[in-house]
Amino acid sequence: MTVTAVHKDPAALTMTLVAEFDAPPERVWELWADPRQLERWWGPPTYPATFTRHDLAPGSRVEYHMTGPSGDQPRGYWDVVEADPPRRLVFIDGFANDDGTPNDAFPRNEGRVTIEPIHAGRSRMSIESRFPSIEAMEQVLAMGMEEGLTQAVGQIDAILAEGAAA
Amino acid sequence: MQTAFEPDLVFAALADATRRDIVLRALGGREGVVELASHYPMSFAAVQKHVAVLERAGLVTKTRIGRRKVVRTEIEALRHARGLLDQYEALWRGRIDRMTDLIAASRGTRT
Repeated sequence: MTVTAVHKDPAALTMTLVAEFDAPPERVWELWADPRQLERWWGPPTYPATFTRHDLAPGSRVEYHMTGPSGDQPRGYWDVVEADPPRRLVFIDGFANDDGTPNDAFPRNEGRVTIEPIHAGRSRMSIESRFPSIEAMEQVLAMGMEEGLTQAVGQIDAILAEGAAA
Repeated sequence: MQTAFEPDLVFAALADATRRDIVLRALGGREGVVELASHYPMSFAAVQKHVAVLERAGLVTKTRIGRRKVVRTEIEALRHARGLLDQYEALWRGRIDRMTDLIAASRGTRT
């Protein structure tokens, strides 16, 4: 089990996920810093990602598109806010127009990635996602629905549990 | 009255601690606005305003029971918000699995 903790806050619209890898931080960082490796994991098998512009220096823009089962190609971009290899990456993830320019009609979400060594070549990565609205979350999910639908049911928080009992 | 699910209204409504507390208290649907207001160190009008925000978001409804009107939480709206976060978690779990596979594959070739 590589995912060690998940915290979801439906009211604040944030999710923090912590995972451990059997590799030092430098190796985990490569998965973000090398676009060829990044595109092997960013998109689900049904929506593979292709990164057409990639530089993780602060202030840089990363451009990518996904390719859906029916040939649709939604485009996205990241604006890199902070980068401290191999420890920290903060970026804004947004949707883009066909020409790659940011599509301001869609909300953006912020991702904060932290990678730290644990011991003997292992590391811990945490990713915190913050959404400005539920609409933003729905749009991100539209590009990964297949996986979303295979989720385990359960994980109903205290409010829902209490609601069912009331 | 059935209110359509308006995501942004729901999350704006839930962003306030007092309103989240009202949502919890109203799960049983036994108290009216007056009783709810007695739990908070604020004016009746302020609590009434919070209930109105929750009502517009479809998170609570007012139901008449005899001569009283009680405030009741609509948990479907909450469940929908929670469901989206669950899906987002699944998306990231998929990504972590693929990252793990890539690391394992590269270790295999570097012996």
